[in-house]
Amino acid sequence: MTRWIKLTHVDNVPPREGRVVRLGTTQIAVFNTEQGFMAVENRCPHGGGPLADGIVGGTTVTCPLHNWRVCLKSGEVTKGCADGAPPVRTFAVEVRNGIVMLGVNAAEAAA
Amino acid sequence: MRKLVVVGNGMAGVACVDQILKYRHGFDITIFGEETHVNYNRIMLSSVLAGEKSFDDIVLNDIDWYQRNKIRTRLGVRIKQIAVNRRVVADTDGGEVEFDNLILATGSRAFIPPIPGVDKKNVFVFRTLDDTRALLARAVPGLRAVVIGGGLLGLEAARGLQVQGCNVTVVHLPGTLMERQLDATGGLYLRKRIEDLGVKVLLGCRTESILGNGHVEGLRFNSGENIDAELVVIATGIQPNVELAREAGLMVNRGIIVDDYMETSEPGIYAVGECTEHRGQVFGLVAPLYEQGQVLAATITGNRGPEFTGSVPATRLKIMGVDVFSAGSVHEAEPGVESLKFEDPAQGVYRKVVLKDGRVHGVVLVGDVSDDQRYVHWIKSGEDVCGMRRQLLFPPPAADGGLDVAQMPDSETVCGCMGVTKGAIINAIHEHGLTTLAQLKERTRASTGCGSCAGTCSRLLKAVAPDFEEDKIKTICACVPYSQDQLRGIIRSQKLKSAQDVLDIYGNGRGCEVCKPAISYLLDVVWCGDHVEDRSARFINDRVHANIQKDGTFSVVPRMRGGITSPAELRRIADVAEKYGVPLVKVTGSQRIDLLGVKKEDLPRIWADLDMPSGQAYTKGVRMVKTCVGSTFCRFGTQDAISTGVELERRLENLFTPHKVKMAVVGCPRNCAEATVKDIGLVGQDGSWQVVVGGAAGKGVRKADLLITVETTEEALEAAEVFFQYYREHANYLERTYDFVERFGIEKVRKDTVYAPPDAKRALIDRLRKSKDKSYDAWLERNNPRPAQFIQIEPLEVAK
Ligand code: SRM
Ligand SMILES: Cc1cc2nc3c(=O)[nH]c(=O)nc-3n(C[C@H](O)[C@H](O)[C@H](O)COP(=O)(O)OP(=O)(O)OC[C@H]3O[C@@H](n4cnc5c(N)ncnc54)[C@H](O)[C@@H]3O)c2cc1C
Ligand code: SF4
Ligand code: FES
Repeated sequence: MTRWIKLTHVDNVPPREGRVVRLGTTQIAVFNTEQGFMAVENRCPHGGGPLADGIVGGTTVTCPLHNWRVCLKSGEVTKGCADGAPPVRTFAVEVRNGIVMLGVNAAEAAA
Repeated sequence: MRKLVVVGNGMAGVACVDQILKYRHGFDITIFGEETHVNYNRIMLSSVLAGEKSFDDIVLNDIDWYQRNKIRTRLGVRIKQIAVNRRVVADTDGGEVEFDNLILATGSRAFIPPIPGVDKKNVFVFRTLDDTRALLARAVPGLRAVVIGGGLLGLEAARGLQVQGCNVTVVHLPGTLMERQLDATGGLYLRKRIEDLGVKVLLGCRTESILGNGHVEGLRFNSGENIDAELVVIATGIQPNVELAREAGLMVNRGIIVDDYMETSEPGIYAVGECTEHRGQVFGLVAPLYEQGQVLAATITGNRGPEFTGSVPATRLKIMGVDVFSAGSVHEAEPGVESLKFEDPAQGVYRKVVLKDGRVHGVVLVGDVSDDQRYVHWIKSGEDVCGMRRQLLFPPPAADGGLDVAQMPDSETVCGCMGVTKGAIINAIHEHGLTTLAQLKERTRASTGCGSCAGTCSRLLKAVAPDFEEDKIKTICACVPYSQDQLRGIIRSQKLKSAQDVLDIYGNGRGCEVCKPAISYLLDVVWCGDHVEDRSARFINDRVHANIQKDGTFSVVPRMRGGITSPAELRRIADVAEKYGVPLVKVTGSQRIDLLGVKKEDLPRIWADLDMPSGQAYTKGVRMVKTCVGSTFCRFGTQDAISTGVELERRLENLFTPHKVKMAVVGCPRNCAEATVKDIGLVGQDGSWQVVVGGAAGKGVRKADLLITVETTEEALEAAEVFFQYYREHANYLERTYDFVERFGIEKVRKDTVYAPPDAKRALIDRLRKSKDKSYDAWLERNNPRPAQFIQIEPLEVAK
């Protein structure tokens, strides 16, 4: 079962930019893309770079450290690594009444 | 000498006279033109309206041409009557001129439908230079403009007005834009593109009346609806100017009837251009009219032989970023006609090839017009293409790419807009050793009009030029298919102010980490800082004004002009380092101090505590001016390096540049601050300064080139400023001065900067000052940060 957590007001994440929200020990990078809000873990699979600080192109973000590209929908690395990298963890987000909501499934939240 | 009178000083008439001059003609020529201008390129009025060209750019024959060829020119004079029996023409002032031969080249005028209210003020047509000037005078930003007519002319008028800042709506009666050249699907693709540019489109709307008290206030449609309008352009078609011929008793239908030799029904009287009707066809495009002119020139000079047999209509829309091409007959209504189609809605690409009896009959290309000339060739040649049906939508390169140009006679016009023949191009190639299309354009003006002949010009170059080089258009990246030079032009002429607009209209709408910072820089420099800054298009360093480190922390390098500091400043730096637990304090290689390992959220407070300006160490901008101690203390110093360096830094700081700019000022040639390996260096001499540019001591080492030697410090500073602005305006993004100076050559750089005419130099300085006035210390943004820019957001509720 998915539980929804109120993260922040939409105005805190300007169009085509990312911002970091801290959730316990996890940093979540929330993006305001042309196709709506999206969220991934704020850790580049290459060297842990802060994805929220990257440049957004459509629904892709480029890590500011060494330009790996990550698809915000799937979490897949689409450019940079030669031989495959683990995808970045993605999160469900929704906007309700001007608030960005994060979907966490119950099992995860309990863990 | 026989007297030749030409009525009409427009594109077709003058082009025909130009052809006549190539024969031994023995004519005494007089041209009458109702417009007060020399012959200009009417086609390019769209570009004048859109601010891409000035009137001088579109002149085809200047006054010198008329004089050199001893052509009597009567401008601003309208011929009102032809007395066929007496062989004279009469002008409206009562003057008469005799002729032995007469050419009617009266063109056409805008067709104005009988809508009540068309005579109101601020209702315009778009046909002549004067019309264009009137529109430009009226078109102010924010004005509500309506264009009646969604054909080629109407759409180009709409885009032009929109570039001038108007809110534009196109109102079109049929259900498809450019319905004569496009099918319904092609029309939809075009509509989408036009609407993306911000022009509103209303289809299926019949205008019933133009409203307003004296001047226009709106339109009423037959549906009963109204829209507001403060300016209206009527672009509903053209009407040949035939009244003169009709009254003289010549055979006239819709146009003046001509045979295959361009003779009218009256011996000795000929007609050419849009005023003619040939085998039931009238014309609205220039290419066939030039062909008519060649035929008529042969006929009238006693070389009767070449025949005009009609032509394949080929149309290209001249709106930057909206590629539409149509040729031949594109509707499938006829029996035996079939079509092949390709659609890619995401890319906005549509192609349709219409076939009849296994031959290409017509073509529609929207979004990608690269193969236009291949199709025109097939339509003209009528060759059987059944064998290649599968490749027809995306044809592979021709087996003999040079064949079509080899088949052209030297007299054939390659560039219809500028009237350049194949022969003229070949001459220019040999005479000037041209190797690229860019050079060919500059020399001959071929392909500088609507651009549809670029392919043919390239193939000609390839076939003729011994050292042919393909034009390498280096685009920034795949998102925006333009070179940086082209983009600069587009941004300027299309008045684009934000990175997202550039991407939406001229790119894929998304962009990436490569093009976004580049476009942001180009906008900043083109508008001298008066653009719409879009931080989402900037690298993180330029959003938080600090340099990101490998662990996601940042570095802080305050400005320390000329490397000069003070005990108070050093104390503040020390305090900050302690207060915020800065892990590393380091003297940099650029004579200043770096605080490394700073947390993002501490940045604004650190800037406030330091109370020093940003050193721009994180950006492509002005880094520093290193100085040596110079005449202030040094026993060898001949110039005051410190105060000069500090002043240079003050004049240029806070400005952005294609790549970082590092400078140095030294008091004597011992060069203790390494000025000869900097982007800009000032080297003091006894009684003078050497200004050097393009030096490097990074990945590579390059000794700077001498730009100029000057006597006073003010002159040295000004030379540095002029070079600095020139580099800002001409270098590609991420091109350091050492590559830029090498690419341009120091001779050219000198010619365009320190040796430039005074007003050109002044203009560079003025733009630099304008940018400087708009610039500010980025660290002041601490007082007004963007939403959640520096903080880590805490969730509104905690996960339980
Ligand atoms: C801090 C500093 C080294 C130091 O500890 O002294 C430094 C640090 C960096 N340099 Fe440098 N350079 C520093 C002086 C220099 C100098 C010496 C100078 O300025 O006189 C040079 C040679 C001159 C030149 O610029 O060419 C220099 C040539 C480079 C280059 C090679 C440039 C080239 O085209 O050859 C790079 C890489 C680049 O720009 O692409 C670079 C890039 C970098 C970057 C920005 C790498 C990066 O992208 O993270 C380093 C950033 C560290 C940081 O966050 O502060 N740094 N770097 C110096 C800061 C100067 C300042 O006060 O602003
Ligand atoms: C904005 C615009 C964009 C266009 N774009 C394209 C394009 O992309 N491609 C294309 O192929 N075509 C285009 N055209 C059409 C092209 O300009 C015409 O086909 C071409 O100019 C026709 O040439 P012409 O000499 O027959 O007529 P014109 O160029 O109109 O010249 C006729 C001249 O005769 C003068 N005249 C008329 N009657 C008299 C008289 N009684 N006494 C004295 N002078 C007289 C007129 O004042 C006029 O100057 C465009 C036209 C416009 C207005
Ligand atoms: S020399 Fe290399 S490692 Fe050292 S600061 Fe410059 S870029 Fe970094
Ligand atoms: S850490 Fe992201 S690309 Fe290297």
